[in-house]
Amino acid sequence: MLMKAVYEIRWHGRGGQGVVTVAQLLAEAAVREGKYAIAIPYFGAERRGAPVVASNRISDKPIRSRSSVKEPDVVVVLDPNLPFMVDVTEGLREGGLLVINAPSPNNLPFKGLKAAVVDATGIALSLGLKLAGLALVNMPMLGALIRATNIVSLESITAVVKNRWSRRVGELNVKGIIEAYNKVQVVNL
Amino acid sequence: MTSRMDVKKLVLTSNYAAAYAAKLARAEIISAYPITPQTTVVEKLAEFIERGELKAKMIRVESEHSAMAACIGASATGARVFTATSSHGLLYMYEMLWWAAGARLPIVMGVVTRAIAPPWNIWTEHADILSPRDSGWLIFFAESAQEVLDMILQAYKVAENEQVLLPVMVGWDAFISSHTAEPVDVPSQEIVDEFLPPRKSAAFLLDVKDPVSHGNLVFPDFYMEFRYLMQRGMESARDIIRKVDEEFGKIFGRRYGGLIEKYRCDDAEYALITLGGSSGDAREAVDKLRENGVKIGLCRIRVIRPFPVQDVVECLSNKEGVIVVERDISMGLCGVLATEIASVLFMNGIQPKFASFIAGLGGREVSVEDFLKMLDFSLKEFQRGNKRVGPHWYGVKEEVIP
Repeated sequence: MLMKAVYEIRWHGRGGQGVVTVAQLLAEAAVREGKYAIAIPYFGAERRGAPVVASNRISDKPIRSRSSVKEPDVVVVLDPNLPFMVDVTEGLREGGLLVINAPSPNNLPFKGLKAAVVDATGIALSLGLKLAGLALVNMPMLGALIRATNIVSLESITAVVKNRWSRRVGELNVKGIIEAYNKVQVVNL
Repeated sequence: MTSRMDVKKLVLTSNYAAAYAAKLARAEIISAYPITPQTTVVEKLAEFIERGELKAKMIRVESEHSAMAACIGASATGARVFTATSSHGLLYMYEMLWWAAGARLPIVMGVVTRAIAPPWNIWTEHADILSPRDSGWLIFFAESAQEVLDMILQAYKVAENEQVLLPVMVGWDAFISSHTAEPVDVPSQEIVDEFLPPRKSAAFLLDVKDPVSHGNLVFPDFYMEFRYLMQRGMESARDIIRKVDEEFGKIFGRRYGGLIEKYRCDDAEYALITLGGSSGDAREAVDKLRENGVKIGLCRIRVIRPFPVQDVVECLSNKEGVIVVERDISMGLCGVLATEIASVLFMNGIQPKFASFIAGLGGREVSVEDFLKMLDFSLKEFQRGNKRVGPHWYGVKEEVIP
């Protein structure tokens, strides 16, 4: 369901949350469906917790630009506190979508936006999706994104996730994706 | 069952594509020291060796100087050798680079281009790979992960050609290529084996059963001849690079055009010149200007050494203006590419209008919009009658300069 020549997504997270990995998995799923895709990470300070950005471009034609996405169709925010540190919706296109990890759609610091809200931290913790004490919210956020946009199918995502990790880890990640896929709420803020 | 024409479509970073290429080339000896952003190249190769997918010996060393020394030793015995480095790592092996080239060893090395400190910076700039340009190494530069893979396979074929016998660096940009993931067609081992058979034996190789001595003192009455032969190898390489690209195209279905890649260049009045991973953004800028009726094209430099003299002359001889955008500065002069292109044009009696930009040092982004601004500025200056524009430091923050 590509409406534009190049569909652009920007991921915001913090070092250790798996932003780079999730952008790459999305690209893999798109390529699996016969599309062209690129995942461009921006590496800042090489430490856990530092704000991290990654960009995806997905298209029916070969992709040429490797510069960061500045006018995204979708912004995905993995950390509920990031909007207080970074202007996450900067450049978001008219009619664009915000996909955000938050306990509920209430009290989000945005107005006049379409948003897909999911409690990715809650889902990750309840499933035991954790690494070094941190909730791994990237997979639930991927589930929320594909439900809200249909940019790739759940089947494609499941296939690339299972291909990336061993059986147990792969299945746990898929659970995180499916739970968020089912629980995400799309609202107008 | 796998057949020789099987292609696996994988989503790979340029670093992983490089590791796949070294594996497909059946590198026998790998020696490297880790440095950001090169690390994942060697990590992936270690993984291939560990899983038994690549029969190679990984020689672990304490520095890049030793890494290149190990490559030199291994290559001198006739082994096919691979290494990769970046920035300070490349500078640390500088002495050994000259040794590898002078000894005529067909080593292939990946160089993930990165700025040089201080101040400390891990992002892309071409200062590192351009530094050893007088050393006798062939220097190639790729734009995409697919090209990194293809170029490394081609590099072995060129380096090991008896008329060349010189080492090759294959460069790609830190992060915008090294860590950016994109679809790559990975060819089958069978078809790569057909394209790139094992390295041929030669009379001068080191062999414990038939000892020879390498690197002896040569007096002034013969040293010059050794340098002349290296230069002859470089000169021969131009044609061999084109032929190898042609052969590669016939087997794999992908061609890059040899030493330069031209995009919408033939009927163009203006040519933009770039190097590396930002060239895709440059291509988009060219398309946008074409939509507005500006006849412009892109000439992407793929080979820096040997310098593509004839290709550049042919491409630029009929151009009204030339605009060079580069991620490097030769301190005290201007950009390296601009200098070399201007020199080649001058020596061939070609004098187009000429603009030169230093952009994107230390990994600062050079996007479609940035190219459009530089091109727009240059075209306006040309129209005002200015024949020489720049060198300009694009995007320098004047407000923080004391």
